Amino acid sequence: MVEVDQLSVTYGDLEAVKDLSFTADEGRVTVVLGPNGAGKTSTIECLEGFRRPASGSVRVCGLDPRSDRTQLNRIIGVMLQGSRLYTAIRPIEAVRLFASYYDSPREPDDLLEQVGLSHRARTPWRSLSGGEQQRLSFALAIVGRPSVVFLDEPTAGVDVSGRQLIRDQVRSLATDGVTVILTTHDLAEVEAVADRIVIVDNGSVVANGTPDEVLAGAESDQFTFRAPEGLDVVGLGTAMSAEVSEDEPGTYRVAVAPSPRTIATLTGWLADRDVLLGDLQGGRQRLEEVFLKLTSDATEEGADEGHDGAEASGSRRARRRNRSGQ
Amino acid sequence: MKALVAQFRVELALSLRNGEQLLVNLLIPLGLLIFFSQVNVLNSTETDPVSFLAPAVLALAVMSAALVSLGIGTGFDRYYGVLKRLGATPLGRPRWVLAKFAVVVTIEAGQWAILIPTGMLLGWNPANGWAPAVVAALLGTAAFGGLGLLLAGTLPGLTNLAVCNGLYLALLVTGGMIVPLSKMPAPLRSVAELLPAAPLADVMIGNLALGKSVHGGSWAVLTVWAIVMPLLAAWRFQWD
Repeated sequence: MVEVDQLSVTYGDLEAVKDLSFTADEGRVTVVLGPNGAGKTSTIECLEGFRRPASGSVRVCGLDPRSDRTQLNRIIGVMLQGSRLYTAIRPIEAVRLFASYYDSPREPDDLLEQVGLSHRARTPWRSLSGGEQQRLSFALAIVGRPSVVFLDEPTAGVDVSGRQLIRDQVRSLATDGVTVILTTHDLAEVEAVADRIVIVDNGSVVANGTPDEVLAGAESDQFTFRAPEGLDVVGLGTAMSAEVSEDEPGTYRVAVAPSPRTIATLTGWLADRDVLLGDLQGGRQRLEEVFLKLTSDATEEGADEGHDGAEASGSRRARRRNRSGQ
Repeated sequence: MKALVAQFRVELALSLRNGEQLLVNLLIPLGLLIFFSQVNVLNSTETDPVSFLAPAVLALAVMSAALVSLGIGTGFDRYYGVLKRLGATPLGRPRWVLAKFAVVVTIEAGQWAILIPTGMLLGWNPANGWAPAVVAALLGTAAFGGLGLLLAGTLPGLTNLAVCNGLYLALLVTGGMIVPLSKMPAPLRSVAELLPAAPLADVMIGNLALGKSVHGGSWAVLTVWAIVMPLLAAWRFQWD
């Protein structure tokens, strides 16, 4: 059980995390999702005891990560973002070494087998591929049979089969009753493993719930359709009394619920212009759309409050990245 | 205990596997010993330069292992985030430091096990001052190890690499390890005598070369460094 209560983290004048609250339960995978710079890592590092909150509190199984760090380190497993290891260490050495730190560790050879590194057991760390290094790092996070596991971007740089392997392992940790907190900006990851989603943007929670709840929350207040590029979105918007935007060439988003009347208006407008309608998506949206909508809304609010454009461009980057990741 | 032993074994294995560490720990001291004992470029007044060089190189070996090997290795561990990762395990700092110290002492024992017979083969006839020499080596390990950890724990990776190597070279030249202190200009010599290298070399030579004595303040200066540097390192060391 992990509790984050009104957490704020500051770096000098920059407030990276503001009044952030959520809880993560045993036997559940809680995914903290957000664009780069949203405050995910700062939050996780407070839970891991690396960072001191500016205000608010964090608890991991009832422990204060700063003052109870010795006890904390016995019950948590961590995978740091972009973390490296002794460059010349061999995977089997690393797993045995980390196993020695804990009272009842997993069996090192079995664990290497589970993360698919048996054939690389004696290859120096620096000669492993990025994905193999991540899988080793994952193995080191779980070797001590932790009660709480923090995985910061666990599948960054991992190939498809490696990603699947880590996701399967993450699911089986939850089945064993482990509290898993995972950060990512990869939406496919969320859909694959999440029991609970916490969407963070600009240091604050913008959505929090089960995948169904998060998806339902943004249900049907917009829909998308495909049509030839370059439609007159202003004219269409006027006809539909709603904002229409061309998110990608040929993909349009209409900011209104896809009621039968709305759809009739759209098809009528298109028929008048002899334009072919393709791929209409309404109702329940894919997570990606919810995410982009929530994070860009937060950005607009942030801009209204007088923040500069740095975060907005971060959000645009996230959007591009997610597109290219399709 | 299990964790300490495992940490020690892995760190030792990694040191032995590292080519640069092998160079600085063994090949440089061994090369200097053989070269300067055969070629009397130093125009030494000694009857045989090896009687001065052999104990001086034992001091140099301590500096290699504790300053350069420990300092650079730890600096990169910190730079790459290894220390941060260890900070989230139950290993703990005391056991980590103890493992590091044990690795350095083990490397020093290995260095001496090779350098002492080599020196004797080259004609060195050591005086029987082994007990104070070992004490001096431990003090030197504390002094140079503290300095190495201080640099590793405060400087960025590559800066630390450059500073450790630069200091090593400067201390090697001014430390009375190749060129006897008596050959140096008086101002340089009085500065060198306050640094940790020259006192360590002086104590080694005084105890292990026949007919030599230890310069008055050497033990005192060495002891001060051996106390101050580890404290400074403990105070200033940053783990990530």
